[in-house]
Amino acid sequence: MKLKGKALSMRSIALLSALLLASAAPAQDVPPTPLRPPAQPPAAQAPGGAPPPLEVSVTGGISAPMPIAIPAMPTTQVMNTPAGSTDALGRQLADIVTNDLKSSGLFTPLPPAQLRTVMYPEVTAPAFSYWGGSGAQALVQGFIRANGDGTLTVGCYLYDVSAQTELMRQGFVVPPSEWRRAGHKCADMVYTRLTGEGPYFDSRVVYVSETGPKAHRTKRLAIMDQDGANHRFLTNGQSIVLTPRFAPNQQSIVYMSFINDKPAIYVYNIGSGTQHLVTSPERLTFAPRFSPDGRWIIFSMSTGANTNIYRVPTSGGTPQRLTNSPGISTGGSYSPDGSKIVFESDRSGTQQLYVMNADGSNQQRISFGGGRYATPVWSPRGDLIAFTKIGGAFRIGIMSPNGSGEKLLTNSWQDEGPSWSPNGRVLMFFRQGRGNAGKADLWSVDLTGVNERRIPTPLDGSDPGWGPLRP
Amino acid sequence: MARLTTTLLMATALVATAACSKKHPEVLPPAPGAAPEQTQPTGPQGPVGDAVVPGSSADFKRSVTSDTVHFGLDQSDIDDTARGILDTQVAWLARYPNVRITIEGHCDERGTREYNLALGDRRANAAKNYLASRGVDASRITTISYGKERPIALGSDEEAWAQNRRAVTVVLSQ
Repeated sequence: MKLKGKALSMRSIALLSALLLASAAPAQDVPPTPLRPPAQPPAAQAPGGAPPPLEVSVTGGISAPMPIAIPAMPTTQVMNTPAGSTDALGRQLADIVTNDLKSSGLFTPLPPAQLRTVMYPEVTAPAFSYWGGSGAQALVQGFIRANGDGTLTVGCYLYDVSAQTELMRQGFVVPPSEWRRAGHKCADMVYTRLTGEGPYFDSRVVYVSETGPKAHRTKRLAIMDQDGANHRFLTNGQSIVLTPRFAPNQQSIVYMSFINDKPAIYVYNIGSGTQHLVTSPERLTFAPRFSPDGRWIIFSMSTGANTNIYRVPTSGGTPQRLTNSPGISTGGSYSPDGSKIVFESDRSGTQQLYVMNADGSNQQRISFGGGRYATPVWSPRGDLIAFTKIGGAFRIGIMSPNGSGEKLLTNSWQDEGPSWSPNGRVLMFFRQGRGNAGKADLWSVDLTGVNERRIPTPLDGSDPGWGPLRP
Repeated sequence: MARLTTTLLMATALVATAACSKKHPEVLPPAPGAAPEQTQPTGPQGPVGDAVVPGSSADFKRSVTSDTVHFGLDQSDIDDTARGILDTQVAWLARYPNVRITIEGHCDERGTREYNLALGDRRANAAKNYLASRGVDASRITTISYGKERPIALGSDEEAWAQNRRAVTVVLSQ
């Protein structure tokens, strides 16, 4: 019942946003929001020219990140909530937005010393003269309010500092338990408006938490927000668990478990904490992944000598074989429209990437560079396939679905298992250290190959599965 | 129990490695009847080390050449050395026809996780098929692939990788 309530209130976020902003933002003591900028252009503007549109370049190379100011969000009235007092939440919300935008590598948030305290009435009437002198090109302001029904309302406003205009506003209503999501939604609004790319901050990651000696790692399924917050273990570590991936509806996770020493594929229900077996442990089954419509689970099954790719209805049933080649074919991943599958196979002698129709027909090799290619994943945008390139070291790379435009993004000893952000712009993967003391950690990299970052986890981590944008 | 097994396997592997890399002639076995006195335990407990139950895992390990066979890089064929080892396992299994075994397939860390699961399964099945071809009832043998999840040698070098590419026969307790 708790879940249903949650789902409802979260669904209401988007629906209510427009409505709420109309009522929420300008309280009685707030001046009406200027929807249009002041008539006169800023003094520094070139004569006769309109100000250039504020936008962040995301096309490759190292472009200068945009300076952006994100002051603490004031509250209409300080109130205690199950998530903390609203004034503390307002500061933390600004921190979430700051951290998200900074992590994208496309923004440079102003340091706290350069931020001014914003009072509630100022949220919709920014002190442009101050911000203009701060060096910030964009300004994010917002407010937080505790509602009578126990929910929180967060308003989020984006301004163009030099043009002194409001670019966008959104409001979010969240239960206190999901207050951080309002910060991520605000950051997504800013990111999307200024880069033209899709949102991705309000998303979660499932992965395998690792600890213990290399010869006997304890592996636990874990889930966390994209920024590492709200971390939770889902399994207790008694059995090896591998390769978790979200269902498109994000209510379940498909993964491989060695439970009872019978490795097989399971679907774990996040809400109830229960799981069920998908494949018979009679034969080794692994490398599971959902189809984009959630109706199928694609997986690999070994017959002892050969491994081929199969699909089985998520609701259960008889597996259908999609490949039928000698050798090892595994690592299947659907195109976002569900019409095609990319996979790896060593049928040619070494691991290479192939694309086939979803029914297994028309299998075509797409990788022809030197070395081996493994763990292909189709981008949610459809335009790229990420993979692990093996040539001594393991590196993360991308290529188009027809095999052209291969590009390697990382260069370490062992980078493996890429997973796409919901907007298809960032890849999360795991980096294995060398030797006895080598540990695995989660990392991310921009698809232009810049902004490599370690993702903080309580223990070590591997096999990240980045979930879709939350509704 | 699991830890004990690991330790034993590691010890076996280390002994095997040491034996392989040694260029000196092997140390001669002690002359019969000349067992040094000082190695005999003299405590009130008396010797317990020889209480190995016939048909047990401990009996298997001291009776066969090795419980482990090794493979080449990205390979799963049973070579002559592996055949020799597996033949001693066949002989022991013939003496204890009710004993069931599982064969673990393992890989080195230079393959990707999923590929290695498939490769480990191939190795375990290659060993199983050989035992079956020598008369061991296949229904006594189960297999499990650990891919690269359970290395026995922890380094990131050729020697460690060679040790990790293996199929290990484990006697199941009855």
